[in-house]
Amino acid sequence: MSRHDVVISGIGLVSSLGEGPDAHWRKLVQPGLEPVLEATRFSPYTVHPLPEIDWNLQIAKRGDQRQMETWQRLGTYAAGMALDDAGIKGNDELCTTMDMVVAAGGGERDEAVDADILASSESRNDRDVLLNEKLTTELRPTLFLAQLSNLLAGNISIVHKVTGSSRTFMGEEGAGVAAVETAAARIRSGQSTHILVGGAFQTEHSDMLLGYELAGYLHRGPWRPVWQRQGLDGGGVVTGSGGAFLVLEQREHAISRGRKIYAELGPVVSGRAIRRQGELDAEIAALLSQAALPNGELLAISGASGAHAATAAEKSALDANPAIAARGFSTLTGHMKEAQFPFAVALAALAVERKAAYPAFDPASEKPFNGIPTTVLATAIGYHQFEGMALVNAAD
Amino acid sequence: MANLNDHMGRPIVAVTGIGVVTSLGVGKADNWAALTAGTSGIHPITRFPVDHLNTRISGTVDFLPSSSKGASLLTYDLAEIAAQEAVAEAGLDWGDFGGPLFLASPPVELDWSERFSLYNSDKHDVGAERLLRVARGLKGLDVFETTQFGSIADRLADRFGTRGLPITLSTACASGATSIQLGVEAIRRGECDRALSIGADGSATAEALIRFSLLSALSTHNDIPEKASKPFSRDRDGFVLAEGSGALVLESLEAALARGATVLGILRGCGEKADDFHRTRSKPDGSPAIAAVRAALTDAGLGEDEIDYVNAHGTSTPENDKMEHLSLSTVFGERIGSMPISSNKSMIGHTLSAAGAVEAAFSLMTMRESVIPPTINYDNPDPAIVLDVVPNQKRNAEVGTVLSNSFGFGGQNTCLVMAREPV
Repeated sequence: MSRHDVVISGIGLVSSLGEGPDAHWRKLVQPGLEPVLEATRFSPYTVHPLPEIDWNLQIAKRGDQRQMETWQRLGTYAAGMALDDAGIKGNDELCTTMDMVVAAGGGERDEAVDADILASSESRNDRDVLLNEKLTTELRPTLFLAQLSNLLAGNISIVHKVTGSSRTFMGEEGAGVAAVETAAARIRSGQSTHILVGGAFQTEHSDMLLGYELAGYLHRGPWRPVWQRQGLDGGGVVTGSGGAFLVLEQREHAISRGRKIYAELGPVVSGRAIRRQGELDAEIAALLSQAALPNGELLAISGASGAHAATAAEKSALDANPAIAARGFSTLTGHMKEAQFPFAVALAALAVERKAAYPAFDPASEKPFNGIPTTVLATAIGYHQFEGMALVNAAD
Repeated sequence: MANLNDHMGRPIVAVTGIGVVTSLGVGKADNWAALTAGTSGIHPITRFPVDHLNTRISGTVDFLPSSSKGASLLTYDLAEIAAQEAVAEAGLDWGDFGGPLFLASPPVELDWSERFSLYNSDKHDVGAERLLRVARGLKGLDVFETTQFGSIADRLADRFGTRGLPITLSTACASGATSIQLGVEAIRRGECDRALSIGADGSATAEALIRFSLLSALSTHNDIPEKASKPFSRDRDGFVLAEGSGALVLESLEAALARGATVLGILRGCGEKADDFHRTRSKPDGSPAIAAVRAALTDAGLGEDEIDYVNAHGTSTPENDKMEHLSLSTVFGERIGSMPISSNKSMIGHTLSAAGAVEAAFSLMTMRESVIPPTINYDNPDPAIVLDVVPNQKRNAEVGTVLSNSFGFGGQNTCLVMAREPV
């Protein structure tokens, strides 16, 4: 233990299961919990939809809510929960010195405008002119800001007054991994004392599904747990809407504020396998080795997406170590892209703080874990590219 | 023996390779010749029809094979060409860079040409359902990869043999500066001896132009395109959308000297501060930009009187130039009236995600060449902004230190301080 340790002092979570760390814990420790599914709206795809959310609880001004679409609201909401949880929200001194790294994709396009343009394109050869004609007259001016990747961070600054610094990383699960890794490195090196880090994903929009389906990554047909989609129709990914933000803090800083510490964030490791050259298995093995796993039984919170190749590789690596008991939380939340790794780290932190493991989310594929988890592994092996892991340790 | 650590005991970060592409051309030599001659790269748009558009000019890069092939492919090419120039200048192996990659690039979306082509390849269903139906049947990953935010960096990592998980970032119009800041920080933390920082933007599509137009951000002075970008002028009316790329090889001074590399300049300090006032406007008192400038000076260990030249953000929007003047005059006080401050954007337009990197490259060249590129189109000074903008003509001057500003939508403010010598 050192005073420059990185600790987790705040957690904000939203998924189809509900909102907040407590609600997630209560649900996830119920053996045999059924997922919340929406199977008709985007048929043949199933998604895990957002729960009912009262945005006013974290985004007080209606004017601010109107400037955002659901993705930014969701992220701003989850970020606000994490700040509340860490006792930072509303504290000017802490907010104005707080750094921020957000993992983001893009926001929602106007589906009606796009559909209208596409329909007109069937009878027009001058499609570029058609585009100018429609976009200049039908786009809402402020929608652009609701789509910009860095404007989730921008809205967090505006709504929650986090203004130390603001950086947005892009690139699917890898963005979430790099955000956590960079934030931790900044704290360890003394560059920062407290950082807000996380992301959000709002899957209930056709473009967000298209981002996977252009390579055939989505699972089709009846829902199955994340480990049981190999060989079935489609590519194996079932998505979910959700968000996860963490407050990472220098241990000494958190202690001096008298805050509850969920867990210590240990090594965060990342990599880029060149998968077409068959490097993924070796990369996962290398990351497991770099993470320096402790001896004995180990709980692993896996961010596996269900994507056939990546999930098979991860499963075989985890299965190869008999000490590891994995929990694939996408079974219950769906895949949340940029938010996937922060979500995994949050669930790992909850387990060490509550001194209990989650029951198997998929008893047919996951083995029991009976001990008290003092170290938990969190993983995110990208559905298409980039890999990362972290070890989360008990606070003391 | 040079001092290898800075005033805070951190490794000094040197620049050993520089690459740049703008509408003025490929490479440092062509760009520098045009920039110091006061040549504008702004021209009428030919990439797409301009019917119904209020702005019909831009600083697009039209001379690459990928210029008409969509934002993702063009952004990749811009990044690759600039990085290749930088890596070659640094004398490093083209395929085995051996350090991390930090890429500032625009958020990606499925291009309209692809949307049209997918949609019209089928007749079942309508709207998004049809697109998804067609997507399911696609063979190959080419279209998919244009929609993945990490794909451009992934390809660059393959191409240059960079190490580890590449970081793709966006801090809007400050992105290029942030990519450099991330590289500097990684070296200072001792995570690596060198880093490749790239800012690239080839996203000047019709939709991008319309989006900025709807926010009233763009100049509509279409008649004489090369005159449209006029930072700090009274009749400035918006920025000119542009494309380009800048790349720097950053290296700890110790590692650079140990392998006998030529040190082109020093990245002395970085500062940032977020603004919580508004999505597109700055806090009226300029305090976040002021704080970012001061943070960069502190990080660099330099006083206000030790900056020789400011490479301005200088977008030519009424708001930016006014606020930038307010922040600089607050930090530098009376001295601001006699400090040279010029805007490269008067000639190359606003290269968005690339701007901070392109302008860092030009800042380093300003010091190396002892020539300050001018702010062109300065025919009608704004009486409320009294600055020495190096009007219309380049100036020969010894420049030992530069402050380069980058400010962006979403409250992003990032400043870099560069120096000629590692003192």
